[in-house]
Order: sequence, then structure tokens, then C-alpha cells
Amino acid sequence: MTTASGFLRRASSSTTTVGRPPGHSRSRRFFGIAVVLIGLVLVWELAKWLGGDPWRIHGTVAGLQIDYEHVPPLHWRIADDLSLPHVWDIVRAFIDPAQRGGAPLGVVLAGQAAFTFGEALAGFALGGLLGLALGVLFVHSRLAERAFVPYVVASQTVPILAIAPLVVVAIKADWLSVMAVAMYLTFFPVTIASMRGLRAFDPRSLELFRSYAATPRQVLWQLRLPSSVPYLFSGFRVAAAASVIGAIIGEQTAGVASGLGSAIINYNQYYISGPERLWATMVMCTLVGFVFVGIVNLAERILTSGRYRPVEGLL
Amino acid sequence: MTIDPTRPEAASLPAFPVDEAPTVVEAVGVGKVFGTGPGAVAALESVDLTIHQGEFVSLIGPSGCGKSTLLRLIADLTHPTAGTLSVNGKPPGRARQDRDYGMVFQAPVLMDWRTIAKNIELPLEIMGYSEPERRRRAAELLKLVELEAFADRHPWQLSGGMQQRVAIARALSFDPKLLLMDEPFGALDEMTRERMNAELMSIWRRTGITIVFVTHSIPEAVFLSTRVVVMSARPGRISQVVDVDLPPERSFETRETEVYFRLVTRVREALRQDEPADEGPAVTEAERVRNEGLS
Amino acid sequence: MTRSGVREWLPPVAVFVAVLVLWEVSLLVLGVQSFLLPRPSAIASSLVSEWSTLVRGVAFTGLEAVGGLIIGVILGTLCGFATSRWATAREVLLPVAIGASTIPIIAFAPITLNWFGPESLLPRMTIVAVMVFFPVMVNTIRGLTNVDPGALELMSSYAASDRQTMTKLRGPNALPYWFTALRIATTLAVIGAVVGEFFGGPLYALGIYITLETGHSRYPSAWAAIVLACALGIVLYLIVAALERAIMPWAAARESGR
Repeated sequence: MTTASGFLRRASSSTTTVGRPPGHSRSRRFFGIAVVLIGLVLVWELAKWLGGDPWRIHGTVAGLQIDYEHVPPLHWRIADDLSLPHVWDIVRAFIDPAQRGGAPLGVVLAGQAAFTFGEALAGFALGGLLGLALGVLFVHSRLAERAFVPYVVASQTVPILAIAPLVVVAIKADWLSVMAVAMYLTFFPVTIASMRGLRAFDPRSLELFRSYAATPRQVLWQLRLPSSVPYLFSGFRVAAAASVIGAIIGEQTAGVASGLGSAIINYNQYYISGPERLWATMVMCTLVGFVFVGIVNLAERILTSGRYRPVEGLL
Repeated sequence: MTIDPTRPEAASLPAFPVDEAPTVVEAVGVGKVFGTGPGAVAALESVDLTIHQGEFVSLIGPSGCGKSTLLRLIADLTHPTAGTLSVNGKPPGRARQDRDYGMVFQAPVLMDWRTIAKNIELPLEIMGYSEPERRRRAAELLKLVELEAFADRHPWQLSGGMQQRVAIARALSFDPKLLLMDEPFGALDEMTRERMNAELMSIWRRTGITIVFVTHSIPEAVFLSTRVVVMSARPGRISQVVDVDLPPERSFETRETEVYFRLVTRVREALRQDEPADEGPAVTEAERVRNEGLS
Repeated sequence: MTRSGVREWLPPVAVFVAVLVLWEVSLLVLGVQSFLLPRPSAIASSLVSEWSTLVRGVAFTGLEAVGGLIIGVILGTLCGFATSRWATAREVLLPVAIGASTIPIIAFAPITLNWFGPESLLPRMTIVAVMVFFPVMVNTIRGLTNVDPGALELMSSYAASDRQTMTKLRGPNALPYWFTALRIATTLAVIGAVVGEFFGGPLYALGIYITLETGHSRYPSAWAAIVLACALGIVLYLIVAALERAIMPWAAARESGR
């Protein structure tokens, strides 16, 4: 365009481009993530270099002998080894055995992650269905919408923590209560997203359907649901992340031993003896979240391949 | 604006005598190619056109003939890949920076969060007019397009035709000497369209402004213009220019005169002449915008 | 109050009152001592008797939530603004921010607790700020860049400067997106503050209080605290809604049609 303001030009192309060459943006995205990660590591270690505990590194890495000692000039409690372990210590924690003579922590965490993921997935599925059902209800009944949406919103202000113990006591089965907690956190974004999506079509389409004397059910299946797909998926993304949080919190209150929730409690208790383990667990939690959202994105790409103009939803 | 008396006049005299009228738009061998390689589309090829001050020039042709592209080249919203183009004797970029033209698009493009009056004031704010001046001009223009009662409403409360009138008012708010219009009445019904045409005519006569007008409608083109530029597609080029020798004062009765019918027929035949045997795909809006991003 | 205003809030209030009455009456009639879900009157009396502790808890937790909310929103908006200005930065950072918003930040609560100590407001404020930062940043970027290309061309035809395009077009365009993020942020803030307290904090903090009371099976007081936590979230949400109506008066009028 004209003034070659990258801002103007790029902005307009990003909102109207329908089919950008896929390799181009994906490599950019990986590049971006790599840059941010590397930047994060650099800032991290720089903070420790400036204000952490003394560095004493003696060892061999890939056949090279490394002896490095350094006393940081400043003193920041946040950067000391207990609060902010070295990045390589965290990495090493994955490889070291979790318990004496046992499997590497990474393997143990992976198993726990898989367990938590299963609960999250179940909660996500149920919460998603509930959210969609509520969305359909509210879109068809203005009265129901006005009466109940405030409570849907309020439900999210009830801190999940408060509900979790009660759910655990009420539902005897552990994993079921964890699933309920996950479901509690997932139905809200899906409800909001489906309410938006089920209304997101050109109003003239509705008149078209009315001219066919279409029943509300036909309108639902042929018009509302198809047009809501992009919005639903943006809600699913938020719900996926929320379900992981729900599963973790649920596990902690229910005292489920085989999930990441209890791992967090465990390594938090023994934080002083090995802060890297807790950090490693955090990393694993994050990975579970990423993987889940990645699956949702993949599902979206498969289900909507080319049939929808990409929608930048508000969620 | 440069006036070159030594320049031989091209076949482009307006219907009413404008001696030594300054050249507002000068296109020589202008071409525009979108994309590269085998998928490249020649939207425009060797376009020669001279437009003088005070003319009303319509660009008409089938889809893909490049009429909108030509307008956008004049507006410096895109750049030619061949040839030279000058607006008011300057490169289009300078003309745009100097705010020499006002533009009305197919969609009104009004801002929902502004009232009608504030929408009209938008370019004035950008160009640094003082507040009393802005308000005066907005009031004047609201009167011109007969929308004073709606000054404090918001765009979504107005019909399409009214929104388009606001867009026209906005384009005129800073007194540009050149008005570029891209099928502004395309979405309106025939009655409203004819009424808008009459309004546009009266604005044109009153202000002496130069108008370049892209349209699909043959009657509209003939009714409004001093010259009708007929274009054809693949590649986009000017195939014929029809001088409209109707008197400058045109009314609803003009549409019923024989001269008018003859001219409409001439334009229609000119358009039919260039109809190719098979209509391949034209450059769609999405393609064009995507190509803009790439070029 | 206008008639349409009454129609807006009457149904939810009616539901609330109906549920409350039903709850109280059915438990009374059935003579059941509901363990987990005490009668509203029991909860109310507990609210009154424990008021002094609860007030401190609301103040503490509320401060965490609001403080973190403000910090997160300001930082998120600034970063979103900065990122949207440079196309390459946006293409690189937006996916990262979207991805980061999926990280269970609450899982980092134990670590912030270790950093700042249990008595401080900072652990939860940090968590809340980080939780809120990403959705606000993402929506700010989206709001600033999802502009009608026709409107961008219009500004271009006026040879408007980047700053003018920002203040007159992108900014107002971004407001609905920003407020959506803000509404989500209020719910996240309360959740983050309360759940973050799970790992430690002063005894009167709402999260701790709820856990303790539940642990001792003192459900009426636990529910009283839950109600207050709820009220905190609702109040924040309503403040944002009021702010939205004040800043974007045209939006309500336009949306009422749909």
C-alpha cells in the first residue's frame, strides 16, 4: 500500500486474507515461540547472574570440562536458587529419578500428566455439552436468558476451591468429583461462546429460513449450529485450558494420588530439598495445557478445513 | 495544478466549454498487474485518459474491466505497475497527502461510535480544522444532503441510502476539487438512485467539482456524465469514450428525451461489442485484496 | 426505573428469591439437617456471627483480586498496544500470548508463595496479574487489528497519520473487545485470588477460611464465606459492566436490536 506503514498494510491483510500459504505462518509461529523461550531463559539466567546465589558449576558437558564460579554483585531474594532454580537444574530434575532408585521424574510426571489429562478431557466433554445445551436454551428463550445468565456468570465467581471440597464429599468417587470440578470450569466459556456463535449469522438468513416455514429445530441444525462452529472452537480453547486447571484443583482437594495435583502438593511440601522438582511439575502442567489446546486446534482445522473464513472471535 | 497550453488536446472536451481547463487527472499508458507468474492478472493495460477540471467522467464496464482499479490508482490506494499517472499535476501519492480528493466507496464505511454529525467531521478532525469551523461545515453539509434532523443519530439508525448520503457529505466536507466515487449508489433501489443522481448533479453544478464515477448502470452513467468511458475486461482497458452532449442542466425529464435514449443505446452497444465469448473468472474482491497484501 | 430496566433484572431476581424460599422451606418442612447445603437462614446467621472475620477476609482477598486485576489489565493493554504496532512482533507474540493463556497459572501459586511469604498480598496479586494479563493482551491486539479494511482505506484516503488512525479508528474499534476481556478478567481475578490462597495465607483470607471451615465440617460459615467471595466477583463484574455502559453508550443501543 501507500505509506508503507507496516502496521496499516499488514493489519488489513491479516483480517481479509482467506488462505495464507500455510508454511509461511507456521514457521513464523515456531520461530516466535522459540524466540520467546530463548528470551525467557536468557532473562532468567541473567537475573540469577546479577542477583542470585553464587554460581558454582563444575562438570562435564558433552565431553567438555566446565569450571565456572561467579558471585553475583546484587542480592535479590527472588533470584536465589531456592526461588528460581537454574534452568539446567530444572531440566536435570526431569532426568533424575523421582525416588531413590526409581524411574526418572520425567517419566513419573508423564504418567501423572496422562491421568490428569484423562480427567480434564472427561470434564471438558461434559462441560462442553452442558455449555452448548445452555447456549441453545438461552438463544431460544429470551426469558430463560434473562433469568439465568446472571447465575451462569455468577457461577464462575464462586471460587472453584469452595465448591471442590463440597463436591468431593458429596460424590464419593474421587475421579468423578474431579471430573465435576473440571466440568464446572469448562461449561462457562462454552456457554458464552455458543450464545455468541448461535447468533452470529446474517439476520437476513433467519428471514430466509422463515420464508421456508422452517421449524426452530431446522433453523438450529441448518443455520445456527453451522454458523457457530468458529465461535465454539474459540470457546473450546478456553475450556480446554480451564479443564486442566479444574482437574488439577479437583485432584488436590480430593487427594487423588495419581495425578499432577498431588504431585504439586508433594513437591511443594518438600520444596526446600528440591525446588527444581516443583518447577518441573509446573512445566509438565503447562505442557498438558498446551497439548490439550493443540488438540482442539487440530480438531478445528480438520473439521472446518477451508469451509469457514477464519474468525477472530472475541474470546 | 499545471496548465500546459502547448499540449494538444486529446479527444476529451467536456460538454460545456471549459477553455484551458486545468488537467486534473492524466493517465498515460497506465497498467496494473496483480500477482506474478502464471497466476498474474492484468487488471489494466495501456490506459490513456485525461480528465479536466469540472468534468463528470463515468467509468463503466463489465466485472473485471478494471474500472475500480483505475479509480483506486487515482486515489493512490494502489500503485500502477506500468505507465504514469498524475493527479493535479502531481504523483497520486502527493495528491493524497495534500488531500486533493474526496472518496466515496461502495459501502458507506461510517463509524458506529460517532453520531452522523461527528462522522462528517471525521476528515476535518484529521486535517486539523478548528472546532467551530468543523461544526459549521458539518451543519452546512447536513443541509446539503437533507439530513439535518439526523445529526445526532448513529449510523445504524439510518437506511442504506441515508448512510450513503452521509458518506457523500463527509467526502465533500473539506472542499476537495476532485471527487472519486466507486459505485456509491449500487445498493440502492431505482427510485432512491434516481433521486441521489439528481442530488449529485446539483452538487456538481453548484461546486464545479470534478467527479470520476464508477458505475454498473448505463442510464446512470449517461445521466450524470459529461463523458462516459467504456471499458472492457481481460485485459482491462478503455475500449471507447462516449461524449455526452446533453445540456448541463439535467432533470428527470432529461431521462425521457430522445438524445438521452440515443446515448444510452450507444453506450450499451459499445459495451456489448466487447463481450467475449466466454466469461472467465474475474478478479474477485477477495483476490484483489489478497493481491494488495502481497504487492 | 424504566420499564425495560425492570424487565431486565426482574427475572434473575425472581429466580433468586424463588430458589432461596424453596430451599429454606423444603429443608424446614422435611426437617432435614442438610449437611453440605445448610438452610439459607443458617448461612445468614453464620454471616452475621462471623462478620468481623469475614470482613477482613473479603478485604484481603478483594485487595488481591483488585490489585492483580488492575496491574494485569494495565500491563496487558500496554503490551497489546505495543505488540499490535509492529506486524512482525504481532505475528510472533500473539500466538505465544494465546498459548500462554492456557498455562494453569494457579499451579504456580506455591512458587509465588515461596517468593513473597504467606502473609503478603503479593503472591496472589502476582498470580491474578499474570492470569489476567494474557486475555487482555490478546483481545487488545485483536481489537486494534480487526478493523474493517474499508475503514482503513478511508483513513488512508485522508492521508491520516498512524496516530490519527489509532485514536480515531483502531482505538474505538478495540473497545468492545477490551471490555469482553475485562469481564472475563474479573472472574479470573476472584478465582485466582481465592484458589491461590489454597497453598497458604493468613487465616482470615477467604480461601483459607473456606478450606478450614470445610475441613471442620462447619458448613454454614463456609458457605457464608463462599457467598461473600461470590458477591465480590459479582460486584467487580457489575463495575466493569457499568464502566462499559459509561464509556460505550452506543453499544447497548445497538446490541438491543439483536
